This record gives sequence, structure tokens and C-alpha cells, in this order.
Amino acid sequence: MAGAVSALFLLDIKGRVLVWRDYRGDVSAVQAERFFTKLIEKEVDPDSHDPVVYDNGVTYMFIQHNNVFLMTAARQNCNAASILLFLHRVIDVFKHYFEELEEESLRDNFVVVYELLDEMMDFGYPQYTEAKILSEFIKTDAYRMEVTQRPPMAVTNAVSWRSEGIKYKKNEVFLDVVESVNILVNSNGQIIRSDVVGALKMRTYLSGMPECKLGLNDRVLLEAQGRSAKGKAIDLDDIKFHQCVRLARFDNDRTISFIPPDGSFDLMTYRLSTQVKPLIWVEAQVERHSRSRIELMVKARSQFKERSTATNVEIEIPVPSDATNPNVRTSMGSAAYAPEKDALVWKIKSFPGGKEYMVRAEFSLPSITAEESTPEKKAPIRVKFEIPYFTVSGIQVRYLKIIEKSGYQALPWVRYITMAGEYELRLM
Amino acid sequence: MSGHDSKYFSTTKKGEIPELKEELNSQYKDKKKDAVKKVIAAMTVGKDVSSLFTDVVNCMQTENLELKKLVYLYLINYAKSNPDLAILAVNTFVKDSQDPNPLIRALAVRTMGCIRVDKITEYLCDPLQRCLKDDDPYVRKTAAICVAKLYDINAELVEDRGFLDTLKDLISDNNPMVVANAVAALAEIQETSARPIFEITSQTLSKLLTALNECTEWGQVFILDALSTYKAADALEAENIVERVTPRLQHANCAVVLSAVKMILQQMELITSTDVVRNLCKKMAPPLVTLLSAEPELQYVALRNISLIVQKRPTILAHEIKVFFCKYNDPIYVKMEKLEIMIKLASDRNIDQVLLEFKEYATEVDVDFVRKAVRAIGRCAIKLERAAERCISVLLELIKVKVNYVVQEAIIVIKDIFRRYPNTYESIIATLCESLDTLDEPEAKASMIWIIGEYAERIDNADELLESFLESFPEEQAMVQLQLLTATVKLFLKKPTEGPQQMIQVVLNNATMETDNPDLRDRAYIYWRLLSTDPEAAKDVVLAEKPVISDDSNSLEPSLLDELLGNIATLSSVYHKLPEAFVSRAKLTFARPDDEEYPAAVETGNSESPSYEVDGAAATSSQSFTSHETARQPAPVAAAPTPSSAPASPPAPVPDLLGDLLGLDNALVPVDQPIAPSGPPLPVLLPSTTGQGLQISAQLVRRDGQVFYNLLLENNSQVVLDGFMIQFNKNTFGLAAAGPLQIPPLLPQDSARILLPMVMFQNLSTGPPNTLLQVAVKNNQQPVWYFNDKISLHVFFSEDGRMERANFLETWKSLPDSNEVAKDLSSAIIHSIDSTVENLAATNVFFVAKRRNANKDILYMSAKGPRGIPFLIELTASVGAPGIKCAVKTPSLEMAPLLFDAMEALLK
Repeated sequence: MAGAVSALFLLDIKGRVLVWRDYRGDVSAVQAERFFTKLIEKEVDPDSHDPVVYDNGVTYMFIQHNNVFLMTAARQNCNAASILLFLHRVIDVFKHYFEELEEESLRDNFVVVYELLDEMMDFGYPQYTEAKILSEFIKTDAYRMEVTQRPPMAVTNAVSWRSEGIKYKKNEVFLDVVESVNILVNSNGQIIRSDVVGALKMRTYLSGMPECKLGLNDRVLLEAQGRSAKGKAIDLDDIKFHQCVRLARFDNDRTISFIPPDGSFDLMTYRLSTQVKPLIWVEAQVERHSRSRIELMVKARSQFKERSTATNVEIEIPVPSDATNPNVRTSMGSAAYAPEKDALVWKIKSFPGGKEYMVRAEFSLPSITAEESTPEKKAPIRVKFEIPYFTVSGIQVRYLKIIEKSGYQALPWVRYITMAGEYELRLM
Repeated sequence: MSGHDSKYFSTTKKGEIPELKEELNSQYKDKKKDAVKKVIAAMTVGKDVSSLFTDVVNCMQTENLELKKLVYLYLINYAKSNPDLAILAVNTFVKDSQDPNPLIRALAVRTMGCIRVDKITEYLCDPLQRCLKDDDPYVRKTAAICVAKLYDINAELVEDRGFLDTLKDLISDNNPMVVANAVAALAEIQETSARPIFEITSQTLSKLLTALNECTEWGQVFILDALSTYKAADALEAENIVERVTPRLQHANCAVVLSAVKMILQQMELITSTDVVRNLCKKMAPPLVTLLSAEPELQYVALRNISLIVQKRPTILAHEIKVFFCKYNDPIYVKMEKLEIMIKLASDRNIDQVLLEFKEYATEVDVDFVRKAVRAIGRCAIKLERAAERCISVLLELIKVKVNYVVQEAIIVIKDIFRRYPNTYESIIATLCESLDTLDEPEAKASMIWIIGEYAERIDNADELLESFLESFPEEQAMVQLQLLTATVKLFLKKPTEGPQQMIQVVLNNATMETDNPDLRDRAYIYWRLLSTDPEAAKDVVLAEKPVISDDSNSLEPSLLDELLGNIATLSSVYHKLPEAFVSRAKLTFARPDDEEYPAAVETGNSESPSYEVDGAAATSSQSFTSHETARQPAPVAAAPTPSSAPASPPAPVPDLLGDLLGLDNALVPVDQPIAPSGPPLPVLLPSTTGQGLQISAQLVRRDGQVFYNLLLENNSQVVLDGFMIQFNKNTFGLAAAGPLQIPPLLPQDSARILLPMVMFQNLSTGPPNTLLQVAVKNNQQPVWYFNDKISLHVFFSEDGRMERANFLETWKSLPDSNEVAKDLSSAIIHSIDSTVENLAATNVFFVAKRRNANKDILYMSAKGPRGIPFLIELTASVGAPGIKCAVKTPSLEMAPLLFDAMEALLK
């Protein structure tokens, strides 16, 4: 059994209440504010505190976004996962309304904020968080308000994410397959963890209530149909679907069928934890001459096929925080010392497959060090890149069928791209 | 779409309220609306604009939805402080609840339910009735939640008006959102109600599982959470349920996934086929792993839950340890939880990789995290015998880096490793001794001293090492002193030479004369006496073999673990505590008469009464809570015996081993054991939120013919509270304290329970009798606290109230009929006449006679109230059905309402 929250607070960076909505009348704003300001005063780094805190009969759960904290207070045993996720959704809704959620935008729109808080949650229970539909009946422009005579059907419908009667002259769907490669290499150069998190990001511009069916080169599906795919079939470890996808149907015969929301959304995300060869391998040699200078030699090698090219490659190499006087030479791209990150940032616009580039750098170190030296923060080398027209998993969209009763032809456009996610190589 | 509302915040300071008042009454719509916005802006920044109540409410009758919403918002905030004026809004609310626009209808019920003013609540019933049957699902879904709101304010009203049945009907509504909200409302009502309201039958189950496919993500969570308490009839049904729930594991919303996992785990308990179970475990693993790609706050919740899940079913994630390796940018709270799970999943197969990770973490910046990583290595050593040596070599490597807190942490865990594997790794002692002078934390010092004492015979210069500590003996922390004392005795027993002999004199002297710590002094005296009477016996005692310790990383008690697993995704699973431990919502429970008699029963040695078991269960659950708390300490408790049990029942054969172990335990275990509850819970009258940390629970009780005020004071503040005094205001029965309130100074987190004898007819109030008892409690540190209690008439019923049949009839006849009144006690019930008679007799309401009439049982009872007033009572009821007609004949008719209250409470 679960429960509900008592109130929702929007607080500024110092923990003072900007706007709050009292749902159950059993936690006061003063009490919550006193607790929270004390909490963040204590912590230098707001990240370091558990997001679920108990104080004096009340559980506070909070998340931060820009200079705003979103916090709930609860006296019951509520569903923590649901509430924290709800707070993130509230951010999404506010962002949809005000472009950016920050202290200023809350102040500038407090009337709508109250209205939204009233609609998204009732008596401390999450109700409705589809920004697009909400904006059909809660509007910032006050004059259009008068026209609204009823809540959109979608609010209570089984298809709660799409309104009826949408019309486009040209019916189009854009499907981006985006894969993020997460990799962790330990200081011995061993890959200790690697996985790929993929997302099918859709933007739909379709009229009416279109029925869509998506076909992937999913091994389970293809084998069930007794077909061998042209090319390879893939195994996905875990798939998560947007709420529009009929889960029972997928469970039954692996068909991905749905009525999409209007506009952009993540249709599905998937994960596979196959051992992938690091697409860009970085090796660093660090020579440290104590109290005088430090020398870095960093090699980066692209380990993918020559016909692909990585773009916007950015390699962040940590250097000691007291390093000065950088002297940098690169064989490709440009490298610059970024003192705010305590790192040397090496940027390469275009990095074709099968190539190796190098950077050498030298920094001065101070000749005196503090006696009680705290251990050096050992940051890993971090890499960012994008490789268009390429996926690590080999996932392919075999078809996207769109059927609407008016019988229009819709054009699906598919793109593939691979990016670096959490791409970390620990230094020796 | 950005707005410009911030302009409403800037108003002139001077004359703000009059200015607003004028604008609110403006005839121009726009000006009016702007004024309301300014009022709301002022309210938002915390200014008191309640004085504008009437003016704002006057703006309520508008066609403009935005303006209406703002006025409603204002009402929610200020109606409570203006209950009389709030009634002005009722008409508009009722009208709005019939508006053609469903948005407005829903808004009206939603808002009315939020206004916790009795007068408004009364008017809510009719609109709510209509809205529950509204054509528009949006209105129905709002009305469903509104029933829960009303129940929270006035449960009786909800039951009387039959809203619960309507709500149950909504479970079969054709709209999924309505179904979901009805489920949420019923689940909440069930939590506060003592009797079964929302029982899930296999039919409802099937209906709700179907609704799962159609409702919003939040609704799915309501339904899954509500269904998780369902007990399937057999394995087959359980398998069917699981089959219908598993597709939810593919949902993008992690709350849906976790609630689905909860349900599957619950049903798995019933499934007997190992194949099915194995298959389910395989299915749950990937979604659990994917939760670690969610936002960090959700990862945290997921990790706390996974920690429970792997304790119950270690196989699920046995091969996935790598996903718990910390990322550089993980927030520290995520890293800490990942570490905990890594220890749980560490095995002989993966230990090398895990150690490499721990070593890496031990060089990070966050001190707490580093310490935890070092401890983790120690815990793995204790858990995995075959890997112990590798763990130790990693610890030694870390010690060599000479980072102060790493060294200290390592020494603490190495001491545990020595306890786990005696006589195995002593070769490393020399390395440890090198870091001796860097130790400055008591726990690390105590651990090092323990090691020196334990292995004194193998350390050549043990006496020198200990002596270096002895110099600062008086300044050391208690745990260090205790260890020094024991270690010196061990040294002396092992090497009875001149040096140690002198040392022991110094130590014993210091520990007996120069200290005011009773633990230290007592232990010193015991050693002293032992050594002086029989040194051989001292050897047997002090150098006795110690029990082997074990790893405690899977330390939750199975029954607690099962209950926590039933609470997956909720706060309970995040805290690893049962909801009772932190849910502060007051439950609507009445003290049952037999509960009240319970302490007396125990005092007389009658421990077989059923209420004893209830209390026993409470005690165990609080116990398990404690043991778990201990387990969550960053330092795992290595010593096997628990400190609480040791002093109570010393193991007879080796009594003085106790002393040694106690010292260790003291060093490792948080000492604040909660005080065992000594009776049924009392109603909280002054919550600690109001009492600046002081919480007072109290109730009038009758014991041995006397009235007492049973008080429980709990000090949750940071200061010691003393000088308690109590005062009762004038009341109907003239109740007053018979003596002063004698309560010792209350330390923080301490509590005191007291039975305060009461006398009657001391300070009588005038006016018609009522049950109000106003109490004031003061102490030297805080302002005076006032709170209200309710006097239940039955505490005055005297033991000699029994009437013989004839006497009863005579008295009945002697009183005029006008002295008889009756009332229907709608919530009272008689389950069995015998037990009711017995229960009532325990509160001095005595059975006289009974008869049957038209399928109803009629009971005649007598009681004697204050000043010997007789009450002749007639109860008419059908056994097992709620609702009892209670008639009373008494010379003091004005007491009748109080009697009805008391009877209703007694017959609940």
C-alpha cells in the first residue's frame, strides 16, 4: 500500500519557498522551509545529500533543476519512486510552458504554476503530466481561457497522450535511433564495463488517430516468425516503452504497436551489455616531476571502420589543480587548458576511422606544496563524440507502418547516430 | 509562452491592503482580476492577506475560469482562519458543481474537498453525490479522490452518506482514470480504518488487471500498489497474476516497473515450480539493471530496493555486479548504495575485480566514501574466507599510502579480520605498528590497542607500545580507556614481568580513582579483584577464546525483510523501516477496554491475556528495527553478542569474558537502545512538532478503583528538559492532580511514563457537563504547553456498580419516564454477547439481565458514575451487525450524552 504527499514546494537556491501548493494541510510551509534551508546550509554540495530525508515526522523528497528545488513533504508511506519521477515530470511540464524552469520563470508565471499544480496532483496523488494536452486547457494567454468548455477527452481517455482532430497537410514521421556508448576502463587498461543505451526518438506530424507498427531486426521476433533477417538480427537486453505502446501485445508476440503522441517523444529505449570494442581508445602517459612540472603524452585511436567518421570529438584529460603555464602541441585539432575543469580539453572536429592522433602537453607545478596534502582528485579521462549513420548494436528499423482511417500516406524518415555516453578511462 | 506575472509582486508597501481592497471592489473586470492576482502574489510570498477575505470571495461569481481558480486557491489557504466567512462561498461552490462546463464542476468539488472547515464540509455531500455519478469521467475521477478527502475530515459522514459504496462501484467504471483514482482513494481509506473496507476479491483483481492496460502511468502505480497486498489462493492463480503483470516491466516509468517487481515478488512466494521462479528471476534482472540509467534520485530509490531484493533472492543479480561499479560523476548517495550492493554481491568468482574497484574508490576525495570503501574490503574479507588474504594485502597497500583516515579505517577492519580468522594473519602486525602515532580517532585507537593486547606475546615491544598510550590515559575517550585497561591486563597475564606490573598499577589506579565513568571503574575493580584473588582464574576469563564473528551484510531479519519487500518502491523500502516507524498520520483508533486493563493484568502476573501478545509483537518489531539500525551503521558490528542481552543474562561459565566483550561492543555499537514500550500506545495529545520536540501522550485510566492520568513524555528535542509541572483547567468532574508530577530530567531522545493519581471534585466548572479536559504542562526550558484531552465517563464507573435484578427493577420504576433517553450508536457492534458482557464488566458496566425481542437481543446493564449516580442501561442490538440502540435511565439526565459517548467507545 502506498500513500500521498502533503505538499509540493518550489524553492529557490537557498531553500526559500517560491511557490507551494498545500494538498493535505498537515505540513506547514514554515516547517518545510526551516528544515530545508538548514539542510542545504549544512551541505556545501547539494548533490551529496540523500534525496529522501526524514525529519520530525515528515519525509522530504527533492530534486534540483537550475536554481530551483522541487520538493514534496509527506507524512505517509508514499511511493518514493513515483513521487520523485513525478517531480521530474513537473520539470518537463514547466519547461514546455516556460521554455526554461528557473526562479525567474516561476515568478513570471505564478498564476499558471498554481493552475498546473492543481491539475497535475490532487490530494497528493499524481494525476496528469502530459504537457501537450495540459496546454490545451491551461493556457498562459488568459483570453483564450474563456473558450475552453471542457477538459480535452485525452485527460481521461485510455489514449491519454493524444487529442483527437489533429490535422497536418503533410504527414511525416522522423525517427532517430540514438545510441549512447557507456564504457569504463580501469587503470590497468581493462574494460570493466561497457554497455549501449539506445533510444528511438520520434517526431510525429500525423493527422487523426494513426495506428503505427514498428518492425525491428529483433532476433526474438524474427525467430518467432521463422524468418532469418537479411543482415544480422540483434538481441536487446531490456526494452522500455513509452506508455503509448501496448505492452501486453508486445509481451504476447513482440509486436510494437501504438498510437503516437503528437510531436516529439521517446518511443522506446533499450540496453544491451555486449562487450564492445571502445570506439575511441585513449592512452595517456603522465610523467610527473614533483614540484617542478608535469608532462602528458596522450594518444587517441579510432577503432571503427574507415568509412565512418566521428565528429565533435572532445577528450578531457585531467591535470593537477595547481598546474600552470600550459605548453601544448597537437597532431590534429586543438587542445586548451580549462582550469575550471582541472583538465586539458582536446577537440577534434572530424576523426575518421582507423586513425591515430596525439597531443603533448607540459605544465608547471608549484615548487612548494602544503604539508598536509589531501589526496589528488583522481578524475578519469572523459571522451565525447558522435558518429552519424552508425550504430554499435546494429539495430535496424525494418518498417514503420502507419495506418489511419482517412487512408493518407505518411513518410517515415529514419536516421542513425552513435554518441559517447558515460565514457570514462581511468588514468594509470 | 512566458508570462509577466512578476509585476504583481511589486506593490507599494504603504497602504497595500486598503489599496487592494479598493481594487477588488472595482467595477472593471480587468482591474478586479489584477487585484486578485496581486493578492495571490502577496499570499505566495507569505504576507497575510486574510483580512481581504470577504472582498476576494465577492469576486468568486465570475465566468472567468482563471479568476475563479485564483479565488478558489485563496479560499483553500484562508478558509480555515475565517470559518464563519467561508460559508459565504458555499453557494457559489454548490452552483459551480452544477455548471455545464465539466472543468468547473470538477474544480468546485476538488476545491471544496480541500477546505477543511466543518461548515463547508456539510454542504459538500450533495455536490459530491452528484459528481460521483457525473456523465463526464473528468468530474468522476476528481470526485473519487474527493471521497478520500472527506473521509480524512469526517469519516462518519462518508460512511453515513454511503459514499464508500459509490466509490466501490467506481472500480467497475468504464473509464480507466476513474478506476485508478477510486483505487487510490479506497486504499487510503483502508489504511485509516480499522475495519475492512477495500477487500480485493479475485473478481476485482481481474478487473483491475485489465484496467492496468489502459490507465495513465500514475494510475498503474496506484493499482499495482493496491494489488500488491492480494494473496493468491494457490500457485496457479499466482502464476496467472504474474503473467498479466510482467508486461509492465517494459514500461518507461520506473515507478511502474518497481511496483510490478513488488507484485511479482509477492506472488513468487506462492509459486512452487522452480522453473517458473528461475524464469521470473531472469525476467526481472534486466529491468532492475536498467533502473540504474534513470535520474540519480530514482537510482537511489532503486538501489535501496535492490539491496532488499538481493537479500531475498541473491541469484537475480548475481552476474550483474559490474553494473554497480561507481561512475566518476555519480552523486555520493548513489555511490554509497552501490558500494553496499557490491559487498552483498561479492563472491569468490568476482572478488578480484571487486577489490580492484574498492582500491580505486579508496583513493577518491570524499572522505565518507573512502572510509566506506575501506570497510567494504574488510567486510569482504570476513565474508569470503578464500579471498581474505587478498583483501588484507589490498588493505596493507592502502596503509602504505599513509593517508591518515584510510589508515585508521583499515586498522578498524583489520581488527575484525583478526577476530574472524584468529592466529592467521598476525604477520602483518609489524606493519600496523608503524602507523601507531598517526592514530587520532578513538575507534581506530581502541582497535589498535585491542590488537596489541590480544597478541601481546608476539609483539616484542608490546609493553612500550601500550605505555605510549598510557601517558594520555585520563584524556582518552571512554572506549579507548576501556581497551587500554583490558589490553594492559592481557599484557600482564601474558608477560608477568616488572614493566607490565608497574603499568597495571598505574592503569588500575587511574581507572578506579581518577574516573567518574562507572563502566570503566566497575571493570577495573573486577580485574583488580580477579588478579588479586586468583590470577589463574583471571587468565581463564580474560584470555578466553572468543566466539567467531561473521559477516553481517545480509543482516535484515527474514520476517522484517519480507514485510519490507511488500513495501517496495515506497518510503518504507528506502528507509528499510516499517511504515509504523515513520508514518505520523494519526490513526482513528479507540483504546479498547481490554487494552486499558492490560498493564494491570501484567502486574498481577496474568500474562496470558491476549493483549499481551499484541504488545509482545510490537516489542519484537521495534527490536528488529534496532538491530537493523545497527546494521546500517557504516561500521559493521563485528562482535557477535549483542550488548543489550549481555548485561541482562551473563553467560554463566565465563562471566568475565563479558567485561572484555563489553568494551568491544561499547566501541562499536551505538548505545542508545530504545526504551521498550511498557503498555498500549497512548493517544498523542501534544505532537512533538507543536511541542518543540516534546511529545506528550496521555489518557485517563482507572486502576484499582482510582483514576490516574497515564502520561508518556518523550523528549525529541536537543536539550535536557526538567522541572515538569502539570495543571488541569476547571472541568465537569473537577479532576485535578492528587500530587505533583514527578518526572526526572528528560535527556534528549529519552522518555518517561508515569501514572499520575487524580482526585475529583477539586475545581469544578459550571455549565452543562462536557468531556473537555484542558491540560497545561510546563518545564524549565520551554514555554507552557496547553492541550486538550477528552474525558471518557467510564473511568469514573465504580467497582460497586453492580445491581441485583430486583434492585434494578425497583430503581427503574422509581424514576419518571422523562428521565429516560435513547440514542443510536451507529458504529457500535456486539460480536458476541458473552465477550461484550465480559468486556463491559471489566470497565465496571455490569450485566443485569437479557431478553430477546423480534430477532434482537436486549441487554440490561448497570453502572455507577461519579457521586454515586446510577445509570440503568438498556442495549438493543443484533449480534454481529453494527448499530446499537442505547437507552439510559438516570437521575442525572445531563450526564446521558457523556454516557453515550463512553458506551460507543466501549462497544467499538
